[in-house]
Amino acid sequence: MVRIRNPKDFWAGVLFTLTGIAAILIGSRYNLGTAARMGPGYFPRILGMLLILLGGILALRALRTNGPPIPAWRWRPTLVVLGSVVLFGLIVTHVGLALSTVILIVLASIASTEFRWKEALVSGLFLAVLAVGVFIIGLKLQLPIWPMFIHG
Amino acid sequence: MELLNHLALGFSVALTPINIMYALIGSLLGTLIGVLPGIGPVATIAMLLPTTYSLQPVSALIMLAGIYYGAQYGGSTTSILINMPGETSSAVTCLDGHQMALKGEAGAALATAALASFFAGCVATIFIAAVSIPLSELALKFGPAEYFSLMVLGLIGAVVLAHGSLIKAIAMIVLGLLLGIVGTDVNSGVARFDFGIPELTDGIGVVSVAMGLFGFAEIITNLESQEKRERLSSKVKGLWLSKEQFKAAWPAVLRGTGLGSFLGLLPGGGAMLASFASYAFEKKVAKDPSQFGKGAIQGVAGPEAANNAGAQTSFIPLLTLGIPENAVMAMMVGAMTIHNIQPGPQVMTNNPGLFWGLIASMWVGNLMLVVLNLPLIGIWIKLLTVPYRILYPAILLFCAIGVYTINNTSFDVMQTACFGFLGVLFVKLECEPAPLLLGFVLGPMMEENLRRAMLLSRGDPTVFLTRPLSAVMLAAAVLLILVIALPNIRRKREEAFQEE
Repeated sequence: MVRIRNPKDFWAGVLFTLTGIAAILIGSRYNLGTAARMGPGYFPRILGMLLILLGGILALRALRTNGPPIPAWRWRPTLVVLGSVVLFGLIVTHVGLALSTVILIVLASIASTEFRWKEALVSGLFLAVLAVGVFIIGLKLQLPIWPMFIHG
Repeated sequence: MELLNHLALGFSVALTPINIMYALIGSLLGTLIGVLPGIGPVATIAMLLPTTYSLQPVSALIMLAGIYYGAQYGGSTTSILINMPGETSSAVTCLDGHQMALKGEAGAALATAALASFFAGCVATIFIAAVSIPLSELALKFGPAEYFSLMVLGLIGAVVLAHGSLIKAIAMIVLGLLLGIVGTDVNSGVARFDFGIPELTDGIGVVSVAMGLFGFAEIITNLESQEKRERLSSKVKGLWLSKEQFKAAWPAVLRGTGLGSFLGLLPGGGAMLASFASYAFEKKVAKDPSQFGKGAIQGVAGPEAANNAGAQTSFIPLLTLGIPENAVMAMMVGAMTIHNIQPGPQVMTNNPGLFWGLIASMWVGNLMLVVLNLPLIGIWIKLLTVPYRILYPAILLFCAIGVYTINNTSFDVMQTACFGFLGVLFVKLECEPAPLLLGFVLGPMMEENLRRAMLLSRGDPTVFLTRPLSAVMLAAAVLLILVIALPNIRRKREEAFQEE
């Protein structure tokens, strides 16, 4: 039974290999062309093969050499941070920059273990004023300030 | 004489009020993010790229360049005062700079750092001006085969000097190249790897990749570890040097400037490599190496001169050859592309005002930094007392606005979030994101030059070996890999990087 001695390298290798295979499979739909007249599929295929080769070496080597374990993934920061940013992107044109700023700040603050409601709210209001001032009034970016129903 | 004419042209551009203002904004923002941990120049440039659409290209580049060298000034401040580098390139300054602060010499350490940086900045500006002309003349002789080999050498060089596993880093480059060619192929019009998503036919935006991998991932990993900050340990007083200190520091500044200017030129070089190398060098040449780590002024003066010199000379390969050598320069390629400037030797001839203006602005920015930095230290220190739990949502907000306003679509925001997730995964698997960003930026150029070279040689791949310049560059790349693969040197390299 083979043992994975270096999990970081092993899974990185697996990731690269799978990406390489995917690149070749998806890329097989594109015309390969010839070496002199390369089609759109030529370069991706080279890259895919390289990725499989490098990933393979990495993964196989990880069976022989030792390495530290992959650190645990605490999901809360990842989900909260990325989630609040995506939400901001979805609502900003509908509810305006001011409100979506407050929502983003308060929501993103939850990712910290030291979260405090009042502080996050104050910070959100302050940044909303700042963001509107800098980006809409100063840099003249095309974003609404207030929710759509106010604009009519 | 020609050099003076070019510099005169440069200053006539850099000294217009609007460009002075953008140099000031850039260098102040750079100092700010240099002081603040958890956000580096790559993420900041990504954040600001969309806002530069409406600017003149030269103003935009002046501002973005200011962020990089400004960060070198800011990073040293926190290293000295609270023993925490705001930038990796200032990590070595902690060793002796903070010790000086503990001895009550914080003012002297800060002044040394600022003056060393300024001196190095002046020399580097002239150095860039001097070597740019011959280098771009050389580059104009390059055919597609030479360009392809140069990119191979640049990419390999960039990972050889980075730390960590070499195979992983090369794989990250290849992954970056693959991401770089997503979108419509210019030759055939075929949309590649677009997964049927219309937004992807234009390719993946460099802002999304950089902001996700460098901005979001950094914030998330910081939140996971929840480090406690060290408090300010000493009051700053007397921002000046004694005669003895000055005497001890200036040879180190000269050495640091020379070393930094040279290392900035190399692929993978730049501020960080320069400061680490300079510290090691100062320790070697010192009469009394045991003083290092206990507050030796040379340990501040050398690396601080070197990191600023390196930050500036790393613009040379970008401006003359069109090849970015580190992640910050990759972002500069993105900035130039947004403004329809193809980086490469033709920039100097087609757009001399922009080229020399950017170089002259570096000197202007350095002058402003040295004048403004010392009085502003009080403000930076105040900022550091803002807890991270308030700081990071604000950084996220500016990132989110930056990404959203590239095209005013929520698609870009989601794409960036995906790269943020990928970035955290890379941190867990110990994969450096910088090589990926370099590959990403070079992907389309590399494919194009490969195609052209092979078309010219009628499909004969030996063209890369029969053209002498190309062969030399490929041989150098192979040599680099071999050298690193040898266990003896690998051990030395690891030692060098663990010295922090």
